[in-house]
Amino acid sequence: MAMAALTAVRCSRGLLNGFKVSFQTLTQAKNGTAAAIRSDLLRHSRCYSVAHLSVQERIEKKRSAALVGGGQMRIDAQHKRGKLTARERVELLLDKDSFVEYDMFVEHRCSDFGMEADNNKYPGDSVVTGQGRINGRLVYVFSQDFTVFGGSLSGAHAQKICKVMDQAMMVGAPVIGLNDSGGARIQEGVESLAGYADIFLRNVMASGVVPQISLIMGPCAGGAVYSPALTDFTFMVKDTSYLFITGPDVVKSVTNEDVTQEELGGAKTHTAVSGVAHKAFENDIDALLNLREFFNFLPLSNKDASPVMECHDPSDRLVPGLDTVVPSETTKAYDMLDIIQATVDEREFFEIMPNYAKNIVVGFARMNGRTVGIVGNQPKVASGCLDINSSVKGARFVRFCDAFNIPIITFVDVPGFLPGTSQEYGGIIRHGAKLLFAFAEATVPKITIITRKAYGGAYDVMSSKHLRGDVNYAWPSAEVAVMGAKGAVQIIFRGKANQAEAEAEYVEKFANPFPAAVRGFVDDIIQPSTTRKRICRDLEVLASKKQSNPWKKHANIPL
Amino acid sequence: MAAYRVTPAWLRVIRAVKHASLHSRCCVLLSRAEYSTAYDYNEKTFDKILIANRGEIACRVMKTCKLMGIKTVAVHSDVDSSAVHVKMADEAVCVGPAPTSKSYLNMDAIMDAVRRTGAQAVHPGYGFLSENKEFARRLAAEGVTFIGPDTDAIQAMGDKIESKLIAKAANVNTIPGFDGVVKDAEEAVKISNQIGYPVMIKASAGGGGKGMRISWNDDETREGFRFSSQEAASSFGDDRLLIEKYIDNPRHIEIQVLADKHGNALWLNERECSIQRRNQKVVEEAPSTFLDPETRRAMGEQAVSLAKAVKYSSAGTVEFLVDSTKNFYFLEMNTRLQVEHPITECITGLDLVQQMIHVAKGYPLKHKQEDVPINGWAIESRVYAEDPYKSFGLPSIGRLSQYQEPVNLPNVRVDSGIEEGSDISIYYDPMISKLVTYGKTRAEALKKMENALDNYVIRGVTHNIPLLREIIVHPRFISGDISTNFLPEVYPEGFKGHPLTAPERRELLATAAALSVAAQLRSQKFLGDLRVSNTQQERRSWELCVELDKGAHMLGVTRSGSAYTVEVDGEKLEVCGDWNLASALLNVTVNGTHRTLQCLSRSAAGDISLQYLGTTFKLRVVSKLAAALSKHMPEKVPEDTSSILRSPMPGTVVAVSVKPGDTVAGGQEICVIEAMKMQNSMTAARTAKVKSVHCKAGETVGEGDLLVELE
Repeated sequence: MAMAALTAVRCSRGLLNGFKVSFQTLTQAKNGTAAAIRSDLLRHSRCYSVAHLSVQERIEKKRSAALVGGGQMRIDAQHKRGKLTARERVELLLDKDSFVEYDMFVEHRCSDFGMEADNNKYPGDSVVTGQGRINGRLVYVFSQDFTVFGGSLSGAHAQKICKVMDQAMMVGAPVIGLNDSGGARIQEGVESLAGYADIFLRNVMASGVVPQISLIMGPCAGGAVYSPALTDFTFMVKDTSYLFITGPDVVKSVTNEDVTQEELGGAKTHTAVSGVAHKAFENDIDALLNLREFFNFLPLSNKDASPVMECHDPSDRLVPGLDTVVPSETTKAYDMLDIIQATVDEREFFEIMPNYAKNIVVGFARMNGRTVGIVGNQPKVASGCLDINSSVKGARFVRFCDAFNIPIITFVDVPGFLPGTSQEYGGIIRHGAKLLFAFAEATVPKITIITRKAYGGAYDVMSSKHLRGDVNYAWPSAEVAVMGAKGAVQIIFRGKANQAEAEAEYVEKFANPFPAAVRGFVDDIIQPSTTRKRICRDLEVLASKKQSNPWKKHANIPL
Repeated sequence: MAAYRVTPAWLRVIRAVKHASLHSRCCVLLSRAEYSTAYDYNEKTFDKILIANRGEIACRVMKTCKLMGIKTVAVHSDVDSSAVHVKMADEAVCVGPAPTSKSYLNMDAIMDAVRRTGAQAVHPGYGFLSENKEFARRLAAEGVTFIGPDTDAIQAMGDKIESKLIAKAANVNTIPGFDGVVKDAEEAVKISNQIGYPVMIKASAGGGGKGMRISWNDDETREGFRFSSQEAASSFGDDRLLIEKYIDNPRHIEIQVLADKHGNALWLNERECSIQRRNQKVVEEAPSTFLDPETRRAMGEQAVSLAKAVKYSSAGTVEFLVDSTKNFYFLEMNTRLQVEHPITECITGLDLVQQMIHVAKGYPLKHKQEDVPINGWAIESRVYAEDPYKSFGLPSIGRLSQYQEPVNLPNVRVDSGIEEGSDISIYYDPMISKLVTYGKTRAEALKKMENALDNYVIRGVTHNIPLLREIIVHPRFISGDISTNFLPEVYPEGFKGHPLTAPERRELLATAAALSVAAQLRSQKFLGDLRVSNTQQERRSWELCVELDKGAHMLGVTRSGSAYTVEVDGEKLEVCGDWNLASALLNVTVNGTHRTLQCLSRSAAGDISLQYLGTTFKLRVVSKLAAALSKHMPEKVPEDTSSILRSPMPGTVVAVSVKPGDTVAGGQEICVIEAMKMQNSMTAARTAKVKSVHCKAGETVGEGDLLVELE
């Protein structure tokens, strides 16, 4: 009976703090000696008389308990794995002394499997939450604590995350999640699952309202993976983080595949093969410091304009190197990154998904201090063609920019969509349509520069004038046409003897920017070296652009 | 009614002025007045000159042509179609694809270009067809003037064996050696033993260090014979070799001569070119610290007598080896304009290209020997796209993503044929430019060179500025104690970059810390109206950890305005600067000393690459917290490099001597890579079995490409 009473007290400890002390005394009195009773009574009565001090002490005790999470041993183990603790991570991510913690006193509410025991309760449970500043700007953060039950997600854990997400939405500030969790708190069963769903719902509701970033810094398996998957950006730490639906053991038992954790869901897999993660960093410190830099590119919410930072790079700087960057032979490759880096402020380009679908380049940069999203075909890889993966990569990036008022600058050198059965069977029609959809629906300032090829349907897709491009430029090397000269001549002059002559005629007519320029499909043919200057000037004009799409519940992008 | 008659001379002035303005618009090799001879516009000259060359020398020749009001024609390969020399010329003709044998050495195509453009004369520059008698003959046959010496002189001096005989006859001191063609490796060994080691094996038709090998024993002679004949064949299409006594520890000093078609010849003083690597010049100066007026005159007079002996006309160079007791031996005569001619122009005030054109037109020289002065001192650094940490310079290729010449500094001349965005390709010489500084004294010229190297911005390719910057401040170089063995003697372990002294180290650490804080502060500066206010406490002090070469230093930084006080190892340094983070150059004052650094890269994770005193240092600047937590970060295991062979440079695989399963001994040749016409033997690091071969002969490989794996 006494045990039951104790449990009841524990369960409602938050409310019954004062009572608990007396109950505890009672319980102990039953079991202890008379002397013990006396001394205990003496102590407790003294405490009782100055109750606020006792509470104060306990606050301190709880706080200090919360600060060490799962205890020094587990912290050491975490360090040994090459990982930092949840709090160390928050401290590194945020400005010095800016972190304001919430819910330090929240504990899990599970009473099964011995979880109710005192030593199984950790103030704050397995996640650290709160808000702070990155370079002075507000951000909400949760950081899962692997030292407490392996960072597993309890109902309380989920509730803490939901609280910061709700507030982030109300205030209009991004949410950064530092994931390091073994998965669901199995002891809690469906409560844990409910917790996940609560988070998922908030991820979905916040999508397009505030930027959401996930940094995977340890395991993230099972249902847990869907929260990062729903956020705008998923970053990973090399060698110490994993993302998978089921681990290698289950894979082995179901499909009989032998695969390591790293191969199945490591940073390399997700940044190069699956496209689940957007970038990987060397270690925790590298990842967190890079995240700070990345954060500076983002507006706080969809109510904010694209951020503008102090810039030392003159906006009217000419870039002579661009005049020679496109090779004279149309078949020769060049690096689109050369153009991007030379054009943007201080050559600083934060590339997103640099190792996935490399035939398209996406990422953030600044023009005269203002964040812009850059999309560029990469002639160096697969001639810069559009295929399934590059279309999806581009589409998601364009939609992020559009959702958060970030102007989009598109560098076009595209020979078309990649032909072949694997592409057709894989649904290039459906996936290619995503990029088309994304560019077409985007209402942010859109500036397009055709550096060389803009062939066929891919020309239309790449932020063309027809999809409401605000300013579309062509370099003198641009060729806007249905296809390359050779293919076109084979169709137009089928069977004609002198194909070479016909080809030369076609090149003369179409392999230049004039057909597009005379129709107004490009606004101007510009000297490449003036590109930066022109874009900066246009962005200034377009800063006040207002455009809206017809009212709808939501559009139906071909998923 | 006033009638103005426009004289031809006036026309030329007008044209020259027009060209000059065009030139200043499109050319990057602008520099201050380096030659003072005023051009006589009344002198009738050629209307149009074709320059059968590329790169800096083509631009250099055109520059004078434009000053003289002569129209210019460029020839180019297809990959060079947007090169600077093409843009600079009035007309340009494509003479073939990238490989030099199909373009710049393609006589048929160049002759065709001459005919098509109606050029009256051809300036060959250096290299390529500059010393090709056949080319000179073909031009002469069509009545086109070759701006250079007569065919006979080219032939006589172009052949090292013949030139030596002529030199001997003209009473020029020569080196003992074998004056004949060596048939095979065994004969080479026999001759070498007769002369006595060490010997030098070199291509009879060669020059510029190509096809040249030094041998100290029979084995090296055999190997040297093989390499030299291969290189000679690929570079000059002539695999004949000769062998001569190798003079140990010599200086390489050459005399510039200038002769006309009327029997007049002048010596324009010497150029000291002893700083070499693999027989290629790196730093040159004029005059030499070593020559006294008597030796100078003796050398000059012998050079002139040789020129007269072969009825030489135009500019030429007589190269001598000078031993420690000032004995000098004739080496060879280069019947062309030398790469390093600018330093002679600086000290004599003569425009050598203009003199060549003047002489080629048939005019007698206007100067007498006593009119040739030595005014001040000039130094030339050859800036190459190569990695000086590998054998003092292995070629590197790439695109010049950023390029800024220090031409805004006084007394600096930069001869280059590239610009921002240019490609340094495997097809041609990897020279970026010739950086020339001059001053009243050698010390002044050297100081200017230091400053010019610090202000030279080259990004996108690896370059040799670290080595150049080290050479010109080395005490031995400053005292003039140099020889052709300078580099291997000073850097027996290979070049390792600038060794930092303790105060320099502190200076570097402090600058990196200040830069890091300046960048940090700027990353908090958001402009415009902000919906959510930024909270930023005015921070005035920082505790940073700066890592350099595995050493970590805790630094305290305090700021007032743009000045930072950095405490390094108990010493306070005041670092001031404008902290323009977009500029390639970082000008700071550290405790009153002005320094120009270059920030090559800066990462979010705190990694900073700074070019300081020429050398690039990799630092890491992080907060105290991040530094403390760094110890928990897992160590990344580097690749085991003893069992793999990677290409140290981009180039073409000439031969692969092993196949999988072979056992190779440490040091055994695995394959040969040719880059920029140099053959490089790749050897095994240890004795092992060959696991796999990833390259085959004829393939092009990039730097770092896997060639062979060992077990």
